[in-house]
Amino acid sequence: MAEKEVKLMKGNEVIAHAAIRYGCDGYFGYPITPQSEVMETLMELKPWETTGMVVLQAESEVSSINMVYGAAATGKRVMTSSSSPGISLMAEGLSYLAGAELPCLVVNCQRGGPGLGTIQPSQGDYFQAVKGGGHGDYHLIVLAPNSVQEMHDHVALAFDLAFKYRNPAMILADGAIGQMMEKVVLAPQRPRKSDEEIKAECRSWAAFGKQADRERNIVTSLELQSEKMEVINLRLQEKYKAMEENEVRYEAMECDDAEYVIVAFGSSARICSATVEMARAEGLKVGLLRPITLYPFPTKQIAELATRGVKGFLSAELNAGQMVEDVRLAVNGKAPVEHYGRQGGMMFNPDEVLVALKEKLIKK
Amino acid sequence: MKETLIIAGFGGQGVLSMGKILAYSGVMQDYEVTWMPSYGPEMRGGTANVTVILSDRKISSPIAHEFDTAIILNQQSMEKFEPMVKAGGVLIYDTNGISRHPVRADISVYAIDATAECAKMGQAKLFNTMILGGYLKVRPVVEMENVMVGLKKSLPERAWKMLPQNEEAIRHGGEIIRKIR
Amino acid sequence: MAEVEIKQENLVYTKPKLITDNVMHYCPGCSHGTVHKLIAEVVEEMGLEDRTVGISPVGCSVFAYNYIDIDWIEAAHGRALAIASAVKRLWPNNMVFTYQGDGDLSAIGTAESIHAAARGENVVAIYINNAIYGMTGGQMAPTTLLGMKTSTTPYGRDPRLNGYPYKIAEMMAHLDGATYITRQSVHTAANVRKCKRAIRKAFENAMAGNGFSLVEVVSTCNSGWKLSPVDSNRWLEENMLPYYPLGDIKDVKKE
Repeated sequence: MAEKEVKLMKGNEVIAHAAIRYGCDGYFGYPITPQSEVMETLMELKPWETTGMVVLQAESEVSSINMVYGAAATGKRVMTSSSSPGISLMAEGLSYLAGAELPCLVVNCQRGGPGLGTIQPSQGDYFQAVKGGGHGDYHLIVLAPNSVQEMHDHVALAFDLAFKYRNPAMILADGAIGQMMEKVVLAPQRPRKSDEEIKAECRSWAAFGKQADRERNIVTSLELQSEKMEVINLRLQEKYKAMEENEVRYEAMECDDAEYVIVAFGSSARICSATVEMARAEGLKVGLLRPITLYPFPTKQIAELATRGVKGFLSAELNAGQMVEDVRLAVNGKAPVEHYGRQGGMMFNPDEVLVALKEKLIKK
Repeated sequence: MKETLIIAGFGGQGVLSMGKILAYSGVMQDYEVTWMPSYGPEMRGGTANVTVILSDRKISSPIAHEFDTAIILNQQSMEKFEPMVKAGGVLIYDTNGISRHPVRADISVYAIDATAECAKMGQAKLFNTMILGGYLKVRPVVEMENVMVGLKKSLPERAWKMLPQNEEAIRHGGEIIRKIR
Repeated sequence: MAEVEIKQENLVYTKPKLITDNVMHYCPGCSHGTVHKLIAEVVEEMGLEDRTVGISPVGCSVFAYNYIDIDWIEAAHGRALAIASAVKRLWPNNMVFTYQGDGDLSAIGTAESIHAAARGENVVAIYINNAIYGMTGGQMAPTTLLGMKTSTTPYGRDPRLNGYPYKIAEMMAHLDGATYITRQSVHTAANVRKCKRAIRKAFENAMAGNGFSLVEVVSTCNSGWKLSPVDSNRWLEENMLPYYPLGDIKDVKKE
């Protein structure tokens, strides 16, 4: 097999290829538009005949996420994918995964809500992904790819971070990134970890059968004694703090001399990068800050821009205004922060964002 | 070089696969490409469209509010996308089923009667490659040899026996496209 | 108090090695302790200690992992068989079983249970049916008998108000993927011995890759039923067994 392969692929298809090539052990899922190509591609590629990866179509998203929970509890690298309504069904499982400190990958190819909503792209699940979604104090590691190549790259990144922190990771994509085709360079095939390697690596916590030389491992999120449960919570918070200190990823475009900064993630950020080009062509000093990790959020970087004297921030999102709250917290009153969004599956064009920027901030 | 193209028509006309052939051809020519479809129930008999961008630079937005070229294959798409062609841009349309022809004077307009031609040949499946041939005659953004590789790569192996007919359809499309203004 | 030493020659019973020294939280007379012991004995006898993974439920047996010295995964309420399915598929040489109550397996987890059985997952479900929700304080279960009083059916289960009980074992027996379905009890010594044989057979079925097994254990909940342990056993015999008859329901080799 060649070292690098350039292909033309949909974002959803590339998730399947990237998972196999990363050495993922299992995928459990349930079909939902606009992400069904993930499982369809896996089933067509039949990785169980090559790498030994297990692929299983479950009876629901509830079951899928619990299959992920079970397999992750044994130390295996496993994943699921879905779209917004399906992720809502997984909320219970995500809380349990976080509570039991299990690493895994969940891909959300967002569509417009609430409810059954639409099958067109949306970023309406920002709150759900970043602020929780399930019950209790927990965080997912949330990555926001803005291209098909990043869909590919984030599979490996998400698994690496998930195992580094023993925490579920989510790729928060949307229908646009999932359905779009672009060129992508596929990583070389990595071997899956052997059972023996997993047994050694995850010896202290995973439940794959009690070995004679260790105590039994119990994977659980349950602790009925409040004093002990508080200690567990404090430990989780320490872990989240470490993520916030070490794992923030973002991309700054034309921010150095920017008077106005658009903050946007995923497909919105792609669109807004064209807005920046248009603004610069008009002589407007506009930059783009693209959070790549939505949790942990680039709070410090945005705060620095505000301190440096940026005159205004526009949070451009395909929702009614969700990430804008985190941008406001980061800016902390030092400059006006506005939101521009389209909803219900509608996307904005680069020129619409420029008009909004001028109306909401520059003309003030 | 940057070409921002919309192909719009009915589901079943091969709109998405025409875009895919072009996108693959672009990859063969070392361009950056994006292929951004409308998707979902629209595909089942309703309108379907795809935005294809080919560029020698990194492509920022895969979504566009104006197009260098629009290929329009039904009346609804004419209403929606004629106004979105850049001044000086190109509009190509199949006259079949079009009740209101393009009116803009600041763009180049071409017609290609591919539906009628395919019906005459009894080869409805060659419709989209014939349109593609017409487009490439007007906007030669990719070399023909790359188009042939793109065509092969975007067709399933069982359809490779149709490659010579498709190549002929691309050539023929270039012959029958005509400038309106 | 003087220590009583049992002489080796008088020793007729020891607790299984896999049963831990933790004090069980189960009420006196509860069937859980007996079923735990049977599972521990079967795992030991089959030599599966180092490759058995138990999936514990939500319900009274949520702490099953405190009592049997094997690796455990604690499931969300009802999801045990989804978890078991994935564990077994990724560790096909392991013995994977769930331990679930009637609320867990046949109310909130019905979908996960039916579909694991339908797929023919090579796992075993131990299903404790005591017709009541013990842990949360004695509410109606899907298996609560008509007329039976619980804290949410204080005047007795009325089918017009509360619907009918149902037998998920018989339902599962219709599924091609389910190959061994049996109903047992542990309310007499003879029944305990039969139940152990059934558990062993189910474990062997799973390890042979022959498909899904369910061992239902019709059990008592003397706290929930508000009866003494002895009266509970009698009540089980007189009321539960006529509706939930004991014996093998299905026992086939996979096609």
